[in-house]
Amino acid sequence: MANSALLDVIEQHESEILDEWTALQQRSKSSATGMIGAEQRRRESADFLRHVVTGLQKDSGDGIEAPAWDSARDLLGDLSRSRARQGFTPSETAMFVLSLKQPLFDRLSSSLKDAPTLARELWDASRLLDGLGLYTTEVHQKGREDVIRRQQQELLELSTPVIRLWDGILAVPLIGTLDSARTQVVMESLLSQIVTTGASIAVIDITGVPTVDTLVAQHLLKTVSAARLMGADCIISGIRPQIAQTIVHLGVDLGDVTTKASLAEAFRHALAIKGLHVQADGRE
Amino acid sequence: MSGIDVIPILRIGELLLVTIQVDMHDRMAMQLQEDLTDRIVETNAKGVLIDISALEVVDSFIGRMLANITSMSRILDAETVVVGMRPAVAITLVELGLELPGVRTALDVDRGIELLGGPALGRPKR
Repeated sequence: MANSALLDVIEQHESEILDEWTALQQRSKSSATGMIGAEQRRRESADFLRHVVTGLQKDSGDGIEAPAWDSARDLLGDLSRSRARQGFTPSETAMFVLSLKQPLFDRLSSSLKDAPTLARELWDASRLLDGLGLYTTEVHQKGREDVIRRQQQELLELSTPVIRLWDGILAVPLIGTLDSARTQVVMESLLSQIVTTGASIAVIDITGVPTVDTLVAQHLLKTVSAARLMGADCIISGIRPQIAQTIVHLGVDLGDVTTKASLAEAFRHALAIKGLHVQADGRE
Repeated sequence: MSGIDVIPILRIGELLLVTIQVDMHDRMAMQLQEDLTDRIVETNAKGVLIDISALEVVDSFIGRMLANITSMSRILDAETVVVGMRPAVAITLVELGLELPGVRTALDVDRGIELLGGPALGRPKR
């Protein structure tokens, strides 16, 4: 059985190792030390040490990917995910495992007198703890990537609302730069709203679009064409003076798409197409 | 030629309604163009509605056929409106660069009739 000396050492000196280890963690100069109470730190450390013992007992020498280490990996995974959320850096999270080395190596060197055996045991223990430490970093990173991905998705959904302005008149206020992925989402939600509401006019407002280059213009025209294929006319509104200049300087051809300077103008135009007009009722 | 290969052309007043419900192949498309032009002349129709709401896939072939029918009908003095395109189909066509220029579109048959001159045209001739 691999790491048998390590297992003996941990089993014999479990509480001392735990004391030294938690003390080491407490002493480490990191910004996040204060975020976890001493009690919780000790509980987590004790849990982890127990899982390491279980892992070592079942270890077949295949490294930490082996089923023997499942429970230890699960524990570490939960731990790094929660620390990632609390704002720990990856190295602070990895140090939780790596700081176990010192007390373990101390015990190993005092219990093993034979130099080659000690070297081998130290190497095995080191490899094991390094593997577990790297695993925490990986999970930590994955946790953060999940957060980023979720936020991207939420941003995508938040930024493409389709609003009903009037019977048969829809508005899509676009905010932020248009890329292919967003154009797809805008198109899908606009077209499905056209079907649900039976709208015949859609106003695409680009007041919130910071710049219009050839690519953005192309995406806008795609959306207009798709709406036209469904039988709805599009009006592009909210074109700022600088954007009008850029469009002309770039030589972008907006074709026969109706454009208006403001959403209000576009709405007035849409009402006119539908044969409606707004009138004051004379009461001031 | 078996019955399923022929696409029926229905007459509503001065309009003709073509509902495409199966995937088209070359021969069917040619047959439809022939039948439709014949019927336009025969009935003196002023408008043609092509309903593609049942089609889940519209490729470049169908796209070109729609454009051809539109041009042919226009020569025979009948306006064509393609109605009922699905959102997914519209997005795919735009992504393929097939924006069907010159083809008029409407959301459904009702809107199409309106576009072709209101319900008066759709009413049966007395």
